[in-house]
Amino acid sequence: MAMNSQGRPTAPAPASQAAASDKTFSGNKALQIEETLIFEKDAFGSTGVDLAEPKNIPSRLGDLRRNDDIGLPGLSEPEAMRHFVRLSQKNYAIDMGPFTLGSCTMKHNPRLNEKMARLPGFSDIHPLQPISTVQGALELIATLSHWLTEMTGMPAVAMSPKAGAHGELCGMMAIKAALEARGEAGTRVRVLAPESAHGTNPATAVQCGFKVDSIPADASGRVDFEAFKAKLGPDVAGIMVTNPNTCGLFERDIRAIADAVHEAGGYFYCDGANFNAIAGKVRPGDLGIDAMHINLHKTFSTPHGGGGPGSGPTVLSAALAPFAPIPFVVQQNGKFDLVETRREAGSSDGAEGANTFGRMTAFHGQMGMFVRALSYMLSHGADGLRQASEDAVLNANYVLARLKAELTPAFDGHCMHEALFDDRFLKDTDIETIDFAKAMIDEGYHPMTMYFPLVVKGAMLIEPTESESRQELDQFCDSLNALARKAKAGDTEDFKIAPKFAPRRRLDETSAARKPVLRWTPTVARSEAAE
Amino acid sequence: MRYLPLSPADRQQMLGVIGVKKIDDLFSDVPVDALNADIGLPDHAGELEVERQLGAMAAKNQTASSGPFFVGAGAYKHHVPATADHIIQRSEFLTSYTPYQPEIAQGTLQYLFEFQTQVAALTGMEVANASMYDGSTACAEAALMARRITKRSKVILSGGLHPHYAAVTRTNSELVGDSVDVADATPSGTEDLTGLIDENTSCVIVQTPDVFGNIHDVTDLAQVAHEKGALLIVAFTEVVSLGAVKSPGAMGADIVVGEGQSIGNGLNFGGPYVGLFATRQKYVRHMPGRLCGETLDADGQRGFVLTLSTREQHIRRDKATSNICTNSGLCALAFTVHMTLLGEVGIRRLAMLNHEAACKTADAISALAGIELVTEQFFNEFTVRLPKPAHEIVETLAEKGILAGVPGNRLWPHEEALHNLLVIAATECTRDEDISALKNALEETLVEAV
Amino acid sequence: MTMKFTKDHEWIRIDGETVTVGITDHAAEQLGDVVFVELPEIGKAFSQSDDMAVVESVKAASDVYAPISGEVIEINSGIVEDPAAVNASPMADAWFVKLKVSNSAELDALMDEAAYKEFVESN
Repeated sequence: MAMNSQGRPTAPAPASQAAASDKTFSGNKALQIEETLIFEKDAFGSTGVDLAEPKNIPSRLGDLRRNDDIGLPGLSEPEAMRHFVRLSQKNYAIDMGPFTLGSCTMKHNPRLNEKMARLPGFSDIHPLQPISTVQGALELIATLSHWLTEMTGMPAVAMSPKAGAHGELCGMMAIKAALEARGEAGTRVRVLAPESAHGTNPATAVQCGFKVDSIPADASGRVDFEAFKAKLGPDVAGIMVTNPNTCGLFERDIRAIADAVHEAGGYFYCDGANFNAIAGKVRPGDLGIDAMHINLHKTFSTPHGGGGPGSGPTVLSAALAPFAPIPFVVQQNGKFDLVETRREAGSSDGAEGANTFGRMTAFHGQMGMFVRALSYMLSHGADGLRQASEDAVLNANYVLARLKAELTPAFDGHCMHEALFDDRFLKDTDIETIDFAKAMIDEGYHPMTMYFPLVVKGAMLIEPTESESRQELDQFCDSLNALARKAKAGDTEDFKIAPKFAPRRRLDETSAARKPVLRWTPTVARSEAAE
Repeated sequence: MRYLPLSPADRQQMLGVIGVKKIDDLFSDVPVDALNADIGLPDHAGELEVERQLGAMAAKNQTASSGPFFVGAGAYKHHVPATADHIIQRSEFLTSYTPYQPEIAQGTLQYLFEFQTQVAALTGMEVANASMYDGSTACAEAALMARRITKRSKVILSGGLHPHYAAVTRTNSELVGDSVDVADATPSGTEDLTGLIDENTSCVIVQTPDVFGNIHDVTDLAQVAHEKGALLIVAFTEVVSLGAVKSPGAMGADIVVGEGQSIGNGLNFGGPYVGLFATRQKYVRHMPGRLCGETLDADGQRGFVLTLSTREQHIRRDKATSNICTNSGLCALAFTVHMTLLGEVGIRRLAMLNHEAACKTADAISALAGIELVTEQFFNEFTVRLPKPAHEIVETLAEKGILAGVPGNRLWPHEEALHNLLVIAATECTRDEDISALKNALEETLVEAV
Repeated sequence: MTMKFTKDHEWIRIDGETVTVGITDHAAEQLGDVVFVELPEIGKAFSQSDDMAVVESVKAASDVYAPISGEVIEINSGIVEDPAAVNASPMADAWFVKLKVSNSAELDALMDEAAYKEFVESN
């Protein structure tokens, strides 16, 4: 069987020895207030929205009118407000403290972005209104496109991808379409990707019908160039490389990699998840790439929102630009227009020439995220964007330098925007990476990315971003160093039962997966639903 | 720069701790000639300047609230309670990450569990996921899921499926080598797909209410599909319809996908929206996207976790069910808050208000000479045939401040037979005077045309 | 009865023309708590190294390969209903499938118990 033993242990921690004095009658703990599900509030017959009574005019629903009980409770406004505010208080957030998830780029989300996105001129317009009534919206998309192409040194950008992984799909579909146009889609079926790649890379390549061939890392944590070259051949469609890579390192051989893959007849897909390390400093177009998605929610500060929505515009080289998805914005005689059909875009079932690979989403992309990203970019400007990247790299190296005292860096030398550690410093302590991370929660920090990248054992990937002050970083490093000393001293009990102070202790993921309970059901039917 | 806390003195001191002289020493792996390339963009700007610049662009657009508004076909103008927008702007929701550390993310996890329950209830299905990018990508993912379950390779799309949804599904399914048959568009809703289903069919995707507005009973279609071993996927673009129209689950659907924008979310020129995805319990391990499940913590207290994540890309990698990473978290939260305020009482009432507004609009304008009502049974959207290409009339009315609907050429650019069609949506926001304004303007324009 | 092992951590118990296949205790331990098992249909034929079954823990999903070519003649549906059995008794009760061997020569190339032990320790 295929062994993937990398990962986090998921067995629940032993039951706590909480002293009786820790318990309250209500179950609440001062500011931490327990909150039931909306379905448990006995509110199935009420509503919190004042709507006019329907007039019961003759309906045109025929015999399709819904008669069954839907099963939705309705809360009054104060109840609903309290419900969601109580829930919110069980979440950690960037606005509360350092959120050093490597590869995820949890930087400050400016509130000007939110204000701008809510201007009715952006938020209250329909995607299918006449083009003449949305000229400002198309102008905004064109302006953001201009900023993105300038920043990346690439000739074109596809704006419609809805998230990073969707952008990856866009780039790989453009590559597939380009190969088809060359008549080589049937023969070029192999995509090379480093072992350290994000899981989305192989998943995307397979979704495009490619086979993935893994490239090992060298001792410095970068693509093993010789091993990579040995894998090139006439069946290679391209390579997917994250740069800076998932170990937080810049791929020194990037130009040689680009040249070699081009010489072999393939394309270079660059995973732009870590563009925030080099934005304003380096244009990926100068490095020889053919496609790269940009996570607006990482590099350009649109909020992560507990898992979305994202936005993944994808820049394309001149070789791939003709295959870009529809729709896209064009400008003619001072007016903006949208190219929405394959035929207008010049497709095989229409005119000659270019050959878009088609449509990826219903409308024009994540407009709300475009406004936020442009608001951030205009605020920073070219000078500020460069400074932000420099500060992100500076902060990461500062953390690396300060944590070297007690933790073990995975690789020698400096890093880019994130510092990678392994679990060697926990050797013989009986503490694993996950215990260390959970102990960070009790110290008031969101854990770093754990057990990723897969090439490093017990990996801890720390990305502070440019949003942290020096004082905040010092406090963070002092806490982590102290935790490491405590672990090494054999004082392990607190790690094993951590977190103690969070709204919940460690959760039993095993039983959640064995008998999935994915929705609330009335008590009587509960045991059946779990089957 | 207001977003950067480090001072020049901090930077100098930190470089010293790191042991380098200048910042570019940390960029020494970058090819020298590629470092610090000149970028032809302006320098930083204050809040005021940015507000002015973006405000100028916003001011060039005609907003949905600025006049009579009847545009639908995949996105709908509804009133969203103020509470929803306040909640999604709370720092703890807005600036948190995917809940991979459940001990400090119970807020996100619990609302996702509530969201999944609400979506399952509305669609009449057993389970729902924690959302997709939007309705169209949910539709495409459903076709891929049917492929995994049936191990078959032919997808049949109803001609009433929103053409953008059809196009997205085609893009994704053809990519993995499936064939996609799209039935001809039948505006009157009399399509019969049963003859197209064969032993190689993985799924039939049918939309109700369809893109013309027709509502369909798909019970028989479900039965035929099941007899042939195919799945029935039901799509919708207007989730409010589920408050008034028989649920897809009750009609035998295997997968239900749709757009949830109408609840909690604004028009936003097409995104971000929130894709809804529900299915039967037996197919849950084939589902794409994130799932939140209930469990206990080490103290025996109830809590929630992301579960069945072995289906997902970060573990399954090249064998993942989908490459999807992000969901539509905040939009799903806005949906949950709005739906929590509405409740069953509210969604039913809202749905009937929408339906009645559409009936009134249809009655008013179909009384005009030269206008033919094409759809008979509909929810809050219907189609009329005009005596001339609809986009010409839409443009004329837009100049008068009326956004009359979606003209046929916008949805079916290459099918001229459909260009005289106008798809019109009405919601609880539609007032009697809006209907009169539309009617009068249409009458005027049609008289001029004659 | 003879037991053989693969480098991919499957075990095989040979009983004439029929073999029983499972995953080793080492594999079960590495996976952690098993939460899901998917087995092939009876009658399905596999070539050596084909993906044959799936075993999932919370943190990992792994394909179980066919250790030798053969046709499935019996499956252990007990482990589908109770995946925890794979952790409790990987080498006995929690067998996965029984195969009818189509090329017994393939068996010779597999490791015996001592060789597998050495293989695990050296990794």
